[in-house]
Amino acid sequence: MDEVVKMKAENVNFFYGKTQALKDISLDIHAHSVTAIIGPSGCGKSTFIRLLNRMNDLIPHTQLIGRVYLDCQDVFSHAADPVELRRRVGMVFQKPNPFPKSIFENIAYGLHVNNIKDKDFVETRVIESLKKAALWEEVRHRLHESALKLSGGQQQRLCIARCLAVSPEVILFDEPCASLDPISTAKIEELILELKKEYTIVIVTHNMQQAARVADYTAFFLLGELIEFNKTQELFTAPKDKKTEAYITGRFG
Amino acid sequence: MRNPQRTEKIAFFFLFLATLVIALPVGLVVIIIISKGLPAINWQFLSDIPRQGMRSGGIFPAIMGTVYLVTGAIIFALPIGLLAAVYLSEYAKDNLLTRVIKLAIVNLAGVPSVVYGLFGLALFVVFFKFGASILSGSLTLGIMILPIIITASREALESVPYSFREVSYSLGASKWQTIRHIVLPNAIPGILTGTILGLGRAAGETAPILFTVAAFYLPQLPKSIFDQAMALPYHLYVISTQVPNVDEKIRYATALVLLVLVLCMNLVAILIRYQFRKRKKW
Repeated sequence: MDEVVKMKAENVNFFYGKTQALKDISLDIHAHSVTAIIGPSGCGKSTFIRLLNRMNDLIPHTQLIGRVYLDCQDVFSHAADPVELRRRVGMVFQKPNPFPKSIFENIAYGLHVNNIKDKDFVETRVIESLKKAALWEEVRHRLHESALKLSGGQQQRLCIARCLAVSPEVILFDEPCASLDPISTAKIEELILELKKEYTIVIVTHNMQQAARVADYTAFFLLGELIEFNKTQELFTAPKDKKTEAYITGRFG
Repeated sequence: MRNPQRTEKIAFFFLFLATLVIALPVGLVVIIIISKGLPAINWQFLSDIPRQGMRSGGIFPAIMGTVYLVTGAIIFALPIGLLAAVYLSEYAKDNLLTRVIKLAIVNLAGVPSVVYGLFGLALFVVFFKFGASILSGSLTLGIMILPIIITASREALESVPYSFREVSYSLGASKWQTIRHIVLPNAIPGILTGTILGLGRAAGETAPILFTVAAFYLPQLPKSIFDQAMALPYHLYVISTQVPNVDEKIRYATALVLLVLVLCMNLVAILIRYQFRKRKKW
């Protein structure tokens, strides 16, 4: 396993107005690995990964104390550009959310806004992304049909392809299977394992089995605090903290 | 003991009655105007100039005048209204200035139309020296329908799901790119609907054009935007009150043309909205 630290959170505290959502979180995200974040609803998992690509910037009246690094560069420094950051740190959301455009246009959108105009290049990249997202065979004959016609699982893989098209280095998955059936979920999990060879992956999940299946590292959050962070196998087989043990054995949450 | 079923019946009766009271006048207006006006409508009426002191001939200059005025109003009001709506719903921070502007827009919608007429007279006709002209009239009508366009556009922009914007940002799009490529295209049907409703309002109003553009009688079409023009609502007012012995049929036929024009615009708005709902799947 690669031990290079790709992203790093250092003493992160985050507030919505006066409510503290994250308390002094420090966490290393290793390159080319899958880091899962588990914990009950409202524990700050989503808030945390939305800091990694500065999506929380869009919410008014929030405040961050602490630092987040991508390749040792502070992503919240004055010189850092959130638009540039989001090109490098992509995101797949909980609900499949394709644009009401064609399959092709959905994937080309990220290239388009990044000023990539060369038609051949865009086409190659679209096909490549669809292949990587394991969707190519299913949609190759209907690239110009509306993306909304796809099933939920296909839409989510389309969203993954759309994210891959801009060549991110890190991909954040925010409960990507929450609205999918078990077969679609299995496909997405398989895909995540495939993608970690090229990308660094952080996944928020409600589903502990999912974390156990896909993640190399797992972090357990509770009420805005990072309770335990370890290699997945160790966290699940020999949790050091009683709260972690209670959670993974299903005593609460 | 109260009998809930009887209470229900009484409530139903009054609710139904109120609905009927609304529908009745609308139906009557349409029926009366059609039955009295339709016999006078023919090609000559639609394409000829008014003759014999407006007692015969057609209403072509008034139709064209209204078309010019409405077009002018929209050329002025749509871009400004749309840009303002984008600013207000996407960029404006929630502060005192924004709240004052929003309040001003709401109030602008409530100003009586004759006040717009006087305002147009003072500003465009007199101060800017545009005279009584299509330009002055269009600008006055444009200001009158601005609040309609801004309100409809804001609603359309704000109804675009937040998740679309979120994805756009997450792919490295800037705020303007997100608005330009994601928010605006998805808001266009709503914006168009509002615009057409504004057009209908502009076509039907008399007071704002009274001092700013409307000509009592012009046998030819205007040659430039600095000319006066006839317009349907004002023409209707003139032949109904200012000219004696105008055949009732002509008055109702003029009203019918105006009504059909406005109803057609509303119909287009409804069709666009219908298409939009059919396509919208989020």
